[in-house]
Amino acid sequence: MLADFRAWALDDLATSRRQAAWGRRYRIWLALKANPLAMIGLFIIVLCVLLAFLAPLLAPYDPAIQDLENRLARPSADHLLGTDELGRDILSRLLYGGRITLGIVVAVVVMVAPVGLAVGTIAGYFGGWVDKTLMRLTDVFLAFPRLILALAFVAALNPGVQSAILAIALTAWPPYARIARAETLTVRNSEFIEAVAMTGASPWRIILRHVAPLCVPSLVVRVTLDMASIIITAASLGFLGMGAQPPSPEWGAMIATAKRFILDQWWVALSPCIAILLVSLAFNFLGDGLRDVLDPKQD
Amino acid sequence: MNRKVKSFAATLGSVLVTLFGLSVITFMIGRVMPVDPVLAAVGDNAPADVVAAARAEMGLDDPLIVQYWSYISNVLQGDFGRSVLTRNPVISDIAHYFPATLEMATLALLIATLLGVPAGIISAVKQGSLTDQIIRVVCIAGHSVPVFVLALLGLLIFYVGLDLVPGPGRQGVIYDGMVPSVTGLLLVDSLLAGDMGAFWDAVHHLTLPVLILAYFSMAYITRMTRAFMLDALKGEFIISARAKGLSGWSVVMGHAFPNVAVQLITVLALTYAGLLEGAVITETVFAWPGLGQYLTTALMNGDMNPVVGTTLIIGAVYVGLNLLADILYRVFDPRVA
Repeated sequence: MLADFRAWALDDLATSRRQAAWGRRYRIWLALKANPLAMIGLFIIVLCVLLAFLAPLLAPYDPAIQDLENRLARPSADHLLGTDELGRDILSRLLYGGRITLGIVVAVVVMVAPVGLAVGTIAGYFGGWVDKTLMRLTDVFLAFPRLILALAFVAALNPGVQSAILAIALTAWPPYARIARAETLTVRNSEFIEAVAMTGASPWRIILRHVAPLCVPSLVVRVTLDMASIIITAASLGFLGMGAQPPSPEWGAMIATAKRFILDQWWVALSPCIAILLVSLAFNFLGDGLRDVLDPKQD
Repeated sequence: MNRKVKSFAATLGSVLVTLFGLSVITFMIGRVMPVDPVLAAVGDNAPADVVAAARAEMGLDDPLIVQYWSYISNVLQGDFGRSVLTRNPVISDIAHYFPATLEMATLALLIATLLGVPAGIISAVKQGSLTDQIIRVVCIAGHSVPVFVLALLGLLIFYVGLDLVPGPGRQGVIYDGMVPSVTGLLLVDSLLAGDMGAFWDAVHHLTLPVLILAYFSMAYITRMTRAFMLDALKGEFIISARAKGLSGWSVVMGHAFPNVAVQLITVLALTYAGLLEGAVITETVFAWPGLGQYLTTALMNGDMNPVVGTTLIIGAVYVGLNLLADILYRVFDPRVA
């Protein structure tokens, strides 16, 4: 079965468009598989998604249940990672916190990637004043350090997960627009686009059906690399008290609370620190590997 | 020359547009605040006519464009309003807190450059080797850790565990307020005052936050240096230099690196700007009395004038550094028209 697929996908003389597409995907996968760091990253990400997804089944305790008799307990057989200042099980909170973190990442990406793609392709395809206006707009958003702008937005909106998502999304779309525009410029004047235009396709149809799909691979790389930075920004907002609010088990917010006992009960802060580190490291490894595979110009 | 002037004028024009956009965004942020500024001023229980009068007096009944006009004309005169918390004009607060951030960020950039550029060069020259892999992983790790995690771990290891560095803060208690403030930069001020004790105290307090920020920004510098160097080393002039019999390192440093140096200026300017962001978080962990601390305290308390003012200033510094990078690039690289 697998061997059949392999032979079919790697056939140099593909007979259908589908076969060629799968061949390309399979080759990317093979190249990615050869990169150990990328595979480690992929493994950690899959593991985290599973853990977060199955949190209700896996978590030994309810993340909100307090046990004041047993607060700030050291890691033990009962509580593998110890308990926090209200006696809540840290491992359970970490697992549920993973849901929040991954939820934020997915929400931001779902909002940002289509907007960036739309702005970039429209600017690139139409050119002229449309291009100038849209690109000036991205310049303005790029003129702030990301976290500072997100902080200011959240301050204006009211701290919370939704505002954090919105604020991160508002600061994250310009690079996507830039990339999509650059890709659009390279294909805009090619012959197949001219051919489609001559058959009477409207500019919108050309952008949607013929230009946008070509921008997707580079956006995918950017998304993967960006996820780490989204996680870090979300955690930083939580840490500064501007993102998810306690008692929510968001990792950054957990660290912010645990900061107070870091001198004596350091393990309370350590495990969410390691969780953030692992996940964002994993996304960076995978993104780096994907970039090497999809964009050979880099090396 | 004429073309150069023209393209420079275009850059300047786009910078002005960006600054205009900055002011519009900060204006909007200041308007959609969660706390009603009128109620904050007159109190929750004020009668309706007092609220209406205060609203009119604060100009909140005017059309947005009029409000924006008064905002921008105040800002251009350096008036960002007053902070509710400190009761000082925001601009003088910023002037008071900025040097602490500047001192930390500048030293961090210096160290990050001194470590990051050589690491990037070595990584590129020995591409694919074990050294390259190690440098790469160390850099990705630096890129993947939120600064506050690094800062907390640093405090835990070097302050709590090893007791090598002093705890949070910018100065020891005995030196607090002993050095007359001239520039606001403690290192400079203590030297000017000839107080070596205060100088070394400041150095001790700076060490950990600066090293942490430096590691954070080194990742980007190393990564870009490596990419630029790999590109430069592929050039034909490198092959011809090698063919002439020049030794390996003299080719790298004498021929490839000068080509890269100009591009690096841009990277350094961007890193410097990015350090502002890292500094905000580092300052909250180290109780560092800088701009970041000021901003976060204001944020927590819904004190909007400092938030808007600081955001605008940081944005303007960011744009300024980008412009500087652009100018340096034009001055030093003859290929750019």
